Amino acid sequence: MPRLSRWFVRAALLYQLLGFSFGGLILFHKGVPFYAEVWRLLPAHIEFMLFGWTAQLAMGVAFWILPRFGGGASRGNEKAAWLAFALINAGVWLVAIGPVAPAWVTALGRLCELAAAASFGAHLWPRIKPVNGFGTSRRESVR
Amino acid sequence: MPPLTRWFVKTGLVYLVAALMVGTLIAAQSVLELPFDKLKAGPAAVAALGPVYFHLLMLGWVTQLIFGVAYWLFPTYSKEKPRGSERLARATYGLLNVGLVLRVIGEPANALQPQTGWGWLLASSAILQWLAGLCFVLNTWGRIKGK
Repeated sequence: MPRLSRWFVRAALLYQLLGFSFGGLILFHKGVPFYAEVWRLLPAHIEFMLFGWTAQLAMGVAFWILPRFGGGASRGNEKAAWLAFALINAGVWLVAIGPVAPAWVTALGRLCELAAAASFGAHLWPRIKPVNGFGTSRRESVR
Repeated sequence: MPPLTRWFVKTGLVYLVAALMVGTLIAAQSVLELPFDKLKAGPAAVAALGPVYFHLLMLGWVTQLIFGVAYWLFPTYSKEKPRGSERLARATYGLLNVGLVLRVIGEPANALQPQTGWGWLLASSAILQWLAGLCFVLNTWGRIKGK
């Protein structure tokens, strides 16, 4: 597993733990009320689970698994994928703190997530191609 | 594909179907005018199905599929224990699914009859699912590596 995928997946695992913790507190309170303020964790719970955990894990695994170039040695423009990693994590936190921050914070967070998707798409697009053997396209293997 | 992964994936598929059944019920309720409104707490019970639908989909299907495939395909932990602790992995499966089933039962039941003890089903579900997440992270963390 390449370095960037390890960052993506480890971050995703931490978000999963945080998301499960927030969700667990909310569900516990729903059944046995103990502190009404836990409902304020709901936006962060949703953000951590959907983008921090699920989307980020998919990005990490896609970066790892999808076809490569040059006989399997290169993953192409990795800078765009690293940028996506930074942007999605900034976005998740900005949206998560949105309910207790000025309104522009959530908008900025969504913008970061949008930019992360675009950046990751720019990295991944050329890697979505037919494969011949282990991650090498037919055209690449001829070269 | 190891047996536990097959359990995760097959169970996930069952939840996918269950989620869509609940989703269909929610959608049909307003179109077909099902008699939930005649029950005293009927509307509350239908409202409680929303989170049930969403969690059957995202936890029962998506997360469970991820758990199963990660257990199968992530880099090996060691030569002796390629997939880490099988006990932790089995605990993840058991805790997640018992927790989710308790929620599926407890959420509408608690809405129909609040303050009659059903709430503890939800509280138990919360603890079990949180433990499932913890077990998965503990067992997977050591497998996030280069080779």
